Amino acid sequence: MSSGLLAAGFLVLFILLIAGFSVYERVRQGGRNLRDIPAISRLIYAIGLAVEDGTRLHIALGTSDMTGEQGAPALAGLSILDRVARTASISDTPPVVTSGDGALSILSQTGLAGAYREMGVGELHDPSQARLVGVTPFSYAAGTLPIIHDEHVSATLMTGHFGPEIALIAETADRADGFTLAGTDSLPGQAVLYAAAQEPLIGEELFAAGAYLRSGLVHTASLRAQDVLRWLVVGAILAGGIVKLFG
Amino acid sequence: MKSNTPIVSTAVAMLSGLVVLLLLLLPTNLDALYTALIRWAAALAAVALLVGLVNLVNVHIEKTSGGGADAANSGALLAAFGLTFLAAFILGPNGSAGGVEPANWLFQYVQVPVETSLMALLAVSLVYAAARLLRRVPNLFSIVFIGTALLVLLGASTLALGGPGLLVDVIAGVRDWITQVPAAAGARGLLVGVALGSVAAGLRILIGTDRPFGG
Repeated sequence: MSSGLLAAGFLVLFILLIAGFSVYERVRQGGRNLRDIPAISRLIYAIGLAVEDGTRLHIALGTSDMTGEQGAPALAGLSILDRVARTASISDTPPVVTSGDGALSILSQTGLAGAYREMGVGELHDPSQARLVGVTPFSYAAGTLPIIHDEHVSATLMTGHFGPEIALIAETADRADGFTLAGTDSLPGQAVLYAAAQEPLIGEELFAAGAYLRSGLVHTASLRAQDVLRWLVVGAILAGGIVKLFG
Repeated sequence: MKSNTPIVSTAVAMLSGLVVLLLLLLPTNLDALYTALIRWAAALAAVALLVGLVNLVNVHIEKTSGGGADAANSGALLAAFGLTFLAAFILGPNGSAGGVEPANWLFQYVQVPVETSLMALLAVSLVYAAARLLRRVPNLFSIVFIGTALLVLLGASTLALGGPGLLVDVIAGVRDWITQVPAAAGARGLLVGVALGSVAAGLRILIGTDRPFGG
């Protein structure tokens, strides 16, 4: 069997699992029963605090190239942006979103506009709150730092593709006495944010955030499908190892 | 009641994603269509970058009119942007004037040194972050994290231990074992989780439940 057909079969299985778990979640009427991720509980608290204080939330989406494989963490970041923007749309100080890619910048603008429209406050949306700040990793970091310093940011959420430069952003947010939550697909980025961010999201936790922020039944269903497939992959790796060990 | 779901953009996203995926995975004779779709995406990404740059300029023009320290910084950014844009627009990315290639010169002697300085600053930030980690989360995982980082750094810098010797060999051996066994195993575990999450994020757009393009 060709690798293309194998991958197609894997995707079909993934879709079937998502569909099955969606039905299961609908029957259970949204009772979540997901393991606790303390970082996300603190994020929800920080969003509420920022709305009450009238301080600003900063969502950093990183430098993902939307036409490449780095697009997936940016999609997870956009999903988080949608939920955060809905909650913060009632705040006096709207959230600010930074990105390092043209397409991602447009998606963050339309995402913010859509969230405000859905909340019935479309007239409050300001397109300049979603900004392209730099298109290389370090120019992105350099463009983000003044925003954290100068715009009364009380919580910085870094969700997207970041390399080690994420440490500069996390440290600046920490020095501004702000809450920092960070998740990325890059391994060097994850190693750095483990030390630099107050609440690091490790591995697939970045992609799970949507389910925890109540983005819908399909997010919870896809999380359960990922769990099932992870066990299948682990089983396949172990089986491969055993077969190789015994010839 | 009027629906807020953007039907046309959702349909276009689902259809184009599905077609590209099928052409990528299944054996067909439609390579030209696949290449055309990918080229359209690349062209659209370039246009999106231009739109993003207009947004960047707009934000900084607003800041310049606001006065204060922000205005000076934004003014410097606008001046540098205008200079670079004109140099590349008039002469082309590799064009030269008086034996100098302005666009390349600006990149080599402004952009690269500034980014290298930030990288140097990053080294200091990381050391500070490591020290702060022990203060913020004083538990076994933090100690293992810092201890492992120090061991790997020590194993990579034999000069600090005075050249070859038994201690150097032992530390280098420990470093190799850490990077090849537990670090590689952990990295694979993380990558499996990230890959499954990435596929799930893509599939949610393909089935139309996630619409990052608004609505």
